[in-house]
Amino acid sequence: MKTVKTALFIGLFLMSGFAGAGALSSYSFDSKEEEQAFRELTAKIRCLVCQNQSLADSDAELAGDLRREVYALWKEQKSEEEIAEFLVARYGDFVLYDPPLKPSTYILWFGPFFLFLIGCYVLSRALKNKTEDKEVELTQEDQQRLKSLLKDDNDNREATK
Amino acid sequence: MPDQSQAPGRMRYLIPLFLFLIMAGFLFKGLFMDPRHIPSVLINKPVPEFNLPTLYDPEKLVSTADMKGKVWLLNVWASWCAACRAEHQVLNTIASMGIVDIIGLDYKDEEADGKRWLQQLGNPYKEVLVDKSGRVGIDFGVYGVPESFLIDAEGVIRHKFTGPLNYPDIKGVLIPKLNEIRGVER
Repeated sequence: MKTVKTALFIGLFLMSGFAGAGALSSYSFDSKEEEQAFRELTAKIRCLVCQNQSLADSDAELAGDLRREVYALWKEQKSEEEIAEFLVARYGDFVLYDPPLKPSTYILWFGPFFLFLIGCYVLSRALKNKTEDKEVELTQEDQQRLKSLLKDDNDNREATK
Repeated sequence: MPDQSQAPGRMRYLIPLFLFLIMAGFLFKGLFMDPRHIPSVLINKPVPEFNLPTLYDPEKLVSTADMKGKVWLLNVWASWCAACRAEHQVLNTIASMGIVDIIGLDYKDEEADGKRWLQQLGNPYKEVLVDKSGRVGIDFGVYGVPESFLIDAEGVIRHKFTGPLNYPDIKGVLIPKLNEIRGVER
């Protein structure tokens, strides 16, 4: 029984590898490097049907069609920018996992830094308040009062001894 | 004196609560937003070039140029699309109202299945184009069927309906948009 389970586990484990490779297996590449480059390119493109999957991984029909288009453009020696332009003209910036820098995406790109600066400001103020509490400058009058109080205190201690 | 100094101090404890409420507000709105609804980049852009055979006469080709001068609604559908079935009655209604010509785009479908569908459910289309490979669909940025595009006489896409059209859309969106396109004063 145990060996059957082990065999099943190994079999399924190996099959899971094939499942990932399936999406691109219908395309022919001249070299391993070329295949890797195409995989990297399609991994940057979002599948619009299953939005958490890239074009390299998705089995959706539209993803297959778009892979075919991207492959054709890629075989025509089109640059990555030209391929991105082709897709963005049809599906918008959303199709790219890396959004381009432009006014409508400023909040996306700079928002986190802005929040970080606010955090720094709040933190510095909090720290400053803390240190200010410690450094209280005493006037001469205060000094004298302090001295007399301490003296009283010492006197009291002496007395209780 | 103590009351005055305590008041702003007490308010400070409310700051995280306010921040939480703002965040909760955004998240609450997010519950009702459809991540599948991607704004089309083709709005106010010219219709993509196409030259497609028609369903009932494969010899007859219809191109972008043929549609110039007409206001029309391009409805992308397929017989394998479940949501299209519900939408079809709405399309029939629009056709019977006669407010705009509807051109169907049978997307990645078998001709026989498409014909059977129209026989069963009625044919609201002035013309049905066949995009068997889905290549024209890509040019239109189609990512889910059904989708409909409202196109003006200049051949510019003026509005996109993502997902099935429903009855409120006719009065709420389609008619106002048509009036806007045709320059009718309301």
